[in-house]
Amino acid sequence: MFEHDVLIIGAGLAGMRAAVEAVNRGANAAVITKVHPVRSHSNAAQGGINAALTDRGDDWTDHALETVRGSDYLADQDAVEVMCSEAGAALIELEHMGVVFSRDEHGKLGTRRFGGQKAARTFFVGAITGQAILHVLYEQLIKANVRVYEEWFVTSLIVEDGVCRGAVTLDIRTGELHTIRAKAVINCAGGAGRVYEPSTNALICTGDGYALAYRAGAPLMDMEMVQYHPTTLASNGVLISEAARGEGGYLLNSKGDRFMLRYAPEYKELASRDVVSRSEQTEINEGRGIDGTVLLDVRHLGRKVVEEKLGYLQEVAHDFMGIDLAEQPIPVRPGMHYMMGGIKTDINGATSVPGLYAAGEVANVSVHGGNRLGANSLLDTVVFGRRSALAAIEYGKSAGAGSRNEDLLASEKKRIQALLDRPKGLRSASVRRELAETMHSHVAVFRDQQGMERAAAKVKELKSAYGKVAVDDKGKVFNTDLIFALELRNVIDTAEAICASALTRKESRGAHYRVDMKKRDDANWLKHILVRQSAADGDPKIDTAPVTITRWQPVERKY
Amino acid sequence: MQATVRIRRFNPEQPANNGKFQEFKLDVPDSTTVLDALIKVREDVDGTLGVRCSCRASICGSCGMRVNGQAKLACKTKIADVSRHGEPITVEPMGNMPVVKDLITDMKVFWDKLRQVEPYLQPEGPAPKGEYIASDESMNHLVGVMNCIMCGACVSDCTVLAVDKNFIAPAALAKAYRFVADPRDSRTSQRLGVLNESGGVWDCVRCMYCVEVCPKGVAPMERIMKMRDLAMEAGYNNTPGARHTESFASSVKSDGLLNETKLAIDSTGIFNIPGQLAQAPVAVRALLRGKLPPLFGHKIKARKQIKRVFEKVEGQE
Ligand SMILES: Cc1cc2nc3c(=O)[nH]c(=O)nc-3n(C[C@H](O)[C@H](O)[C@H](O)COP(=O)(O)OP(=O)(O)OC[C@H]3O[C@@H](n4cnc5c(N)ncnc54)[C@H](O)[C@@H]3O)c2cc1C
Ligand code: SF4
Ligand code: SF4
Ligand code: FES
Repeated sequence: MFEHDVLIIGAGLAGMRAAVEAVNRGANAAVITKVHPVRSHSNAAQGGINAALTDRGDDWTDHALETVRGSDYLADQDAVEVMCSEAGAALIELEHMGVVFSRDEHGKLGTRRFGGQKAARTFFVGAITGQAILHVLYEQLIKANVRVYEEWFVTSLIVEDGVCRGAVTLDIRTGELHTIRAKAVINCAGGAGRVYEPSTNALICTGDGYALAYRAGAPLMDMEMVQYHPTTLASNGVLISEAARGEGGYLLNSKGDRFMLRYAPEYKELASRDVVSRSEQTEINEGRGIDGTVLLDVRHLGRKVVEEKLGYLQEVAHDFMGIDLAEQPIPVRPGMHYMMGGIKTDINGATSVPGLYAAGEVANVSVHGGNRLGANSLLDTVVFGRRSALAAIEYGKSAGAGSRNEDLLASEKKRIQALLDRPKGLRSASVRRELAETMHSHVAVFRDQQGMERAAAKVKELKSAYGKVAVDDKGKVFNTDLIFALELRNVIDTAEAICASALTRKESRGAHYRVDMKKRDDANWLKHILVRQSAADGDPKIDTAPVTITRWQPVERKY
Repeated sequence: MQATVRIRRFNPEQPANNGKFQEFKLDVPDSTTVLDALIKVREDVDGTLGVRCSCRASICGSCGMRVNGQAKLACKTKIADVSRHGEPITVEPMGNMPVVKDLITDMKVFWDKLRQVEPYLQPEGPAPKGEYIASDESMNHLVGVMNCIMCGACVSDCTVLAVDKNFIAPAALAKAYRFVADPRDSRTSQRLGVLNESGGVWDCVRCMYCVEVCPKGVAPMERIMKMRDLAMEAGYNNTPGARHTESFASSVKSDGLLNETKLAIDSTGIFNIPGQLAQAPVAVRALLRGKLPPLFGHKIKARKQIKRVFEKVEGQE
C-alpha cells in the first residue's frame, strides 16, 4: 500500500499543472498515469491557448462573453469569469516556466485568431502548442521531483462512507495490483474519444476518468455535449487544427464556393465549431461535398506561412494524404473531437463526492457548456488544474484518517483474474468498434429520437456482452490486451452516460442538435443534465441543475 | 495490398520464442502504416503482441521501433515506403535499451539521461511582471528543438552510446541545447561547462545516424556541434573535447588528413594513463569491425594548400 496527501490521476496538462502546484506548496502529492507523462494526449493540441491580455488592450470580459455565447448559454458564468479573468496570469506563468511561445515584432507574445472570437487572443507555439506546454510541465515535474507512478493504470476509486480515499491501481509493467491511499484524489484522466469511431483523439482516450467517477457515484454533467471538429481527415480522423482557418484558410464545397459566407456571414470559417460542422455536414448531405468531405484551402497564405505557422499540419497532410498544403486543398470532414461534458465540479474542482476533485477535459466546471471555443481547453486545464490542487490540499488538512482495509483491492483482483481466466470469448477491439461506430452514426452532428434510442439500446446490449470479453494474453508483464479489456468497460459506461443525457435534452443547443427539435428552448432546457450510475441496479439516473447566470442574459446566437 | 510483417518476439514469461521472428501476412489498404499493421495484428490475430502506441500521428512519441533495421516511428512509416515490391518487412524493438516485451523497450536510460542535463529553464532573478521579452526568431529556432517527441529513435541508433553508456546521447543533448540557446536561461556557461565534460558534446563521433532517424527534424548532431562551438567560445579549452578539436586542427594542418589514432591519444591527454586505457575497448571493437584507422595516417598531396588555408584563417584572427 502507498500513501499520499494528494493523488493525481493523469499527467496531461491538467494533472501536471495540479502536481506542480501541490508539490511546490509542500504537499506530498503523486501522479499516476497509464502512459509516460509526455505521451499524454494534451501533446496533440496544435492550435493554441486563449487569454485576454489587458496590457494589449484586450478585455477578459470580451473573452468571457464569447465563451458564454459559444457555449450556447449553457456554461456557468461564474466559472467562465474565473477562467477568463485568470487566463492572463496562467499564460504568463507558462511562459515563465519556459514555453517558447511565438512573439510579435516587439518580442512580446504574439497571437492568432481562433473560432468564435473577434479578437486575436490565441497564443501559440507553431502548430505544436500542446506538446510544447506538456513538455515544459514535464520539465517542471522533474524540477520539483514529483513522484510519478508511470505506466500504472487506475482500475477504480476507493469510496468509503461516501468519501473518496484513494484508488486501486495496476502496475502495467509487473501486472501487480496495489492500493494507493490519499486524503484527496484529483481526477485528470482526460477525454473519451474512443467512444467514437473515427475520432481525433488518441487510442488512450478511453473515458476512464468519467467512468471511474460515474461508478463511484459522482454525477456527470451535460454528457450529450460532444464536439465534432470541422476539419478532420476522412481516412483516419486525424485533426487538421483550427489554426489553418485562424491563419486565414477557406472552406470550399465541390462547386468551389466558400459556403461559410452563407451560414455565418460575419465570422465565416471562424464561426463556433458546432456551427461550422453543421454547415459542412449540410453541404455534404445536400450533395455539394466530395466523397463525404469538403475542402480546406490555405494555398493563398503562401508557402512561408504554411511552413512556419502550420508546420505540423503540413507534416500530417503530407504523411497521411501525400498533400502539400501550399499547393493543394485538403479534404476534411467533421470528426469527434472533444467532450464538453464531464464530472460536475464547482469552481475549485470539487465534485459531489467529498475527497474527489476533477480538472481538465474529464471535468465539467462548466466553462464550455454546449460548445467549446477552440483554444479554451488548454486554458481550462491549467486554470482549474491549479485551483483543484489548492482545494485538494486544503481539504486534505481536515480529512480524517480513512480505514486501511483492502476489500476493494481484493475484489478488483478477483474481477481481473476472472477476465484473465476466461478461456475464449469476444475480442474487446471488435466490441469497441461496434459501439463506437454506432455512436458516430447516431449521436453525432445531427441527432434524432429514433437514432439516439437505437444507440442507447446498442450500448445496453454491449454492456451486458462485456461479461463475455476474453483476452489472448494471460501474462502479467505489460499485458496491453488486459488493459484494453479494462478500458472497454470505461468506454461502455461513458457511452451509456452520453446516450442517457442526449435522450433527456428535448431541444437543440450547442453540439446537441436534434433534427426533430431544432429550436433552443430556454424556458424548459436552460439547465444542466446530470447523470450518475445507480448503485442499486447499475442503470443511469438522470437529474438536472440550474445554469448560473451572472451578467450575460441568453440571446440567440448569430455568427 | 498484401503485407508481410516479421516481428521479433520477446516475452520474459514465455522465453521459448524469445528473439525469434514471427511472420504475419495481412491484407491492408495501400496507405497502411507499420503501426496500423501492428494494431491489426494485435486486435484481430494475436492480442499478446506488445507495442506502445497512442496518437497515431507522430506526436506522442510512443511507437519508436526498428523497421528493417533502422529506428523509426511506426505511425509515420508507410508500409509501401519500406517494402516497395511487397517484400517482407522486419520489425524489432529499439536498440540501446533493454526489451520489456516484444516491441516495448525500457526507456529508463533515456529519461535518466534527460534528467542529467537539468532540463528546465533557470532564469536569472525574479520573473518580470509580464512575459520575458525575446525575439520571435529565437523562439522559432527553439521550436525546432521542442519538436522532439522523446521517441528514443536517435538514442536507439546512436553509435557512441552502443559502446559508451556514459554518453549523454543525442536526445538529451538536443534538450540541453534547447536551454543553452534560450535567451531567458541564465546558466548557459555552467551548462556548457558540464556538457564539456566526458560523456558530453565531445564524445559524439558525428555518424549522423541521429539526424537520419529523427522523425521530427530535430537534428541532434547539429545541435551538439553548435554546442561545441559555444563551449569553445565560452572559453572551455583545456578539456578532452577542446584538445580533440585542437588536435583535429593540427592533424589536418600538418597532414592534410585526419589522423584518427593521433586524435584519440591527443584528446584523452597523453599523460592520462587511465584515460588511454579506457580507449582500448573502443579500439579493440573498432579493430574487430575492421574500422581501426591506420596507425600512421596517410598524407594527401594537397596538404600544402590546406596548410596555407589554415595559416590564412589563423592570420585573420
Ligand atoms: C487533436 C487535438 C487537438 C487539440 N487542439 C487544441 C487546441 O489547440 N487548443 C485547446 O485549447 N485544446 C485543444 N484540444 C483539446 C485539449 O488538447 C485537451 O482537451 C486537453 O489537452 C486535455 O488535457 P487533460 O490534461 O485533461 O487530459 P490528457 O492530456 O488527455 O491527459 C490524460 C491523462 O490521464 C491519464 N489516464 C487516463 N486514464 C487513466 C487511468 N485509467 N489510469 C491512469 N492514468 C490514466 C493519461 O495517462 C494521461 O496522462 C485538442 C484536442 C485534440 C484531440
Ligand atoms: S551523430 Fe553523434 S549523437 Fe548522433 S548518433 Fe552519431 S554519435 Fe550519436
Ligand atoms: S531527437 Fe528526434 S529521434 Fe531523438 S527522441 Fe527526439 S524526436 Fe525522437
Ligand atoms: S503513435 Fe504516437 S508517435 Fe506513433
